[in-house]
Amino acid sequence: MQESNFKRFVEVGRVVLLKSGPSAGQIAVIAEIIDHNRAIIDGPTTSVPRQAFPYKHLTLTPHKLTKLPRGAGSGVIKKQLEKEATVAKWEGSKWAMKRAALEQRRKLNDFGRFEVQLLKKQRRDLVRKALAKKV
Amino acid sequence: MARSKELVPHIGRLSRSKLAAKRGLYKGLKKSGKPTVDTPPETVEKTIGGDKNGGKRLVPTSKAPRFYPAEDVSQPKKSRKTPKPTQLRGSITPGTVLILLAGRFRGKRVVFLKQLDSGLLLVTGPFKINGVPLRRVNQAYVIATSTHIDISKVNLDGKFNDKYFAKTDSKGVVSAEAEFFEEGKPKAKAALPESKTADQKAVDDAIIVSVKKTSNLAKYLAASWGLSKGQFPHQLVF
Repeated sequence: MQESNFKRFVEVGRVVLLKSGPSAGQIAVIAEIIDHNRAIIDGPTTSVPRQAFPYKHLTLTPHKLTKLPRGAGSGVIKKQLEKEATVAKWEGSKWAMKRAALEQRRKLNDFGRFEVQLLKKQRRDLVRKALAKKV
Repeated sequence: MARSKELVPHIGRLSRSKLAAKRGLYKGLKKSGKPTVDTPPETVEKTIGGDKNGGKRLVPTSKAPRFYPAEDVSQPKKSRKTPKPTQLRGSITPGTVLILLAGRFRGKRVVFLKQLDSGLLLVTGPFKINGVPLRRVNQAYVIATSTHIDISKVNLDGKFNDKYFAKTDSKGVVSAEAEFFEEGKPKAKAALPESKTADQKAVDDAIIVSVKKTSNLAKYLAASWGLSKGQFPHQLVF
């Protein structure tokens, strides 16, 4: 039998990124699967309350709690999250860093955007000059 | 009474005691303190000469009309409404950098100085940085940014009011002949009075000093603002 090409599954212990609701943008862990539409998620270290959450509004991340039993409570999840340093792993990932950078860019005010434009100009200038020297 | 709307004719919604509470009668009855208006006397006593009929007469101060209007003309009702003073938007404080959205300087970033009595905003470029002179703008056509410039050193005395910006009367009549030959030529512009140039310089110098304290701020004021593809003003932070 051929092994599946899929790498991320909806499973107990899977770390998910929430796409909507009051804790949108936070990560949480699947504690229990309710049905083909919803799962119980919990994020004791990311201030996501334990709740039923539709798969439609979450994204699976490559991270996972390896030893989480089915239907574990908040205390157990918290302990395992801290032990495996999952939140730190997530925050160090390219994906999370890109999201943070994007959010920071969106928060810039008009003057901040102007300064970014100036810095981009400087970078462009350096790159072009370096390229011209090489060729 | 207007306070006690009628339930059915002659019976108010409020009881007598409730109405008294609403009228604030515990504070005591209101005394109508209308100022007494000096009415000029209706008649004046005058002495009249004449042998037989001379003496004193009461003569009305304003003569009664000789004719009465044939038809009654209804008097238009006098409006008792007065315009409220314009409220300044909370995000606009003295020294705020504004983005102009309309007029010949649209897209320019300018410094807000103060609000004039007419409700218009007094802004300046500064002129040396981006070419916008001391100018009045309506706050409806302006985006307030969160960037501030310290303008505490700027002297904005009473000189800058709405009258300062009012148009001066055009000069005397040009002779018809001169006007005829001038047709087609571009109109000669009246030079700006030197006092206004000096005022502009005095205001701008103080602003430019504080602008220079922040790097890139002068460049920022000199650059004009616009939206690029995929940018929507309601999603931007200013």
